[in-house]
Amino acid sequence: MLSKRIIPCLDVKDGRTVKGVNFIDLKDAGDPVELAWQYAQQGADELVFLDITATHERRKTMIEMVKSVARQLNIPFTIGGGITTVQDAEALLNAGADKISINSAAVKNPELIEELARNFGVQFVVVAVDTKLVEGRNMVHLNGGRLITELETEDWIRKAEGLGAGEILLTSMDHDGTKQGFDCGLLNTITQMINIPVIASGGAGKVEHFIEVFEKTGVDAALAASVFHFGEIPIPDLKQKLKYHNIPVRL
Amino acid sequence: MIGIVNYGAGNIFSLTSALERQHLPYGMVNTEADLEKYTHIIIPGVGHAGAAMKKLEDTGLVEPIKALKKPVLGICVGMQLLTAHSEEGDATMMNIFPLQTRLFNKDQGIKIPHMGWNNIDHKNNSLFEGVENLTQFYFVHSYFIEYNPTFDIATANYGMPFSAAIHKDNFYGVQFHPEKSGIAGEHLLKNFSNLKQ
Repeated sequence: MLSKRIIPCLDVKDGRTVKGVNFIDLKDAGDPVELAWQYAQQGADELVFLDITATHERRKTMIEMVKSVARQLNIPFTIGGGITTVQDAEALLNAGADKISINSAAVKNPELIEELARNFGVQFVVVAVDTKLVEGRNMVHLNGGRLITELETEDWIRKAEGLGAGEILLTSMDHDGTKQGFDCGLLNTITQMINIPVIASGGAGKVEHFIEVFEKTGVDAALAASVFHFGEIPIPDLKQKLKYHNIPVRL
Repeated sequence: MIGIVNYGAGNIFSLTSALERQHLPYGMVNTEADLEKYTHIIIPGVGHAGAAMKKLEDTGLVEPIKALKKPVLGICVGMQLLTAHSEEGDATMMNIFPLQTRLFNKDQGIKIPHMGWNNIDHKNNSLFEGVENLTQFYFVHSYFIEYNPTFDIATANYGMPFSAAIHKDNFYGVQFHPEKSGIAGEHLLKNFSNLKQ
């Protein structure tokens, strides 16, 4: 049976992981390679790296980091952040990235999804969507939730699937950072509406939230950052508890 | 030493990295003469099967590969190339295995692509030596190889049973990505490198 995936997300700046990471055995918490390897050892099923570098050197630094990670890591990983062209994506693919995640570039230029899918296959293209409830409607937001678009979340996701997205990474900005649980209502609506895998993101605070999102919605994976980085939820414990609740996981 | 067929279908950095982690030496196969240099051959592949077959044909390596007597391993689309036909691009393939590569049927209530870690039920072929049965491997594909008891050496289930691995004479194929399948995947690559000619 296909397992539900647990995905730690790492923010990367200038080729270094940022946000405090609290692993006991870690020599260098800023080294993405060592961190990635540790997560793989713990049983993470996949990793997402989000590049938040703002300088013009970003692309070169990122390619080097992706290569270093690919050399060491024996599980799949996704790269997101600042990918706006087919050339950006191809460079990452050749450096060993399994998937790329696009967000605002896809909103601004939906044809990019189609182009990427045609060139590299739908399995390579993750469309990340940041959503926020505004006057009772779920609206797509950009810039970490600061900029509202005219797109309704459900419409945009349906369109992205049609254009060739292979997976949706849906982050609820209302839940992100609250540690009060995933947005199960919206995630359930979305998973019933489309036929590609969905990654739930935003709101994970305790083990019960992961159990809830897998029991109440059809999501394929759950992504979180701080609860893993600070060791609040050790991945082996999380997976044991999911298994206890008859949720298929890789142990 | 392992030779990797270099025909331009997808990236091979992850594969070469996995081989390096296992301290398995490798080189590239670009021409028919290169096939002689290696004891084992891997055909990688990501993307569109029809397009991949076209690229492989352009290298002129199809007939030389079919004539090989040394162990050959096709990975993902590289495995699908070994079948007779793929629904992806309605393409005629190498026909080493008289099998069909077909599109998953979403009417069975499954999401496409089949993406993630899935258990395999393997049949103790040397390729899986030391790999516990029902171990999970990493899959990412929309097309699959129909189950056939003659060639199947590992079965996975996604809406229906399909072949996760096949074997015929010196030819092997795996639908999952051993280079991305953790320790079990690395173990499988090592096993392949140990197969006798």
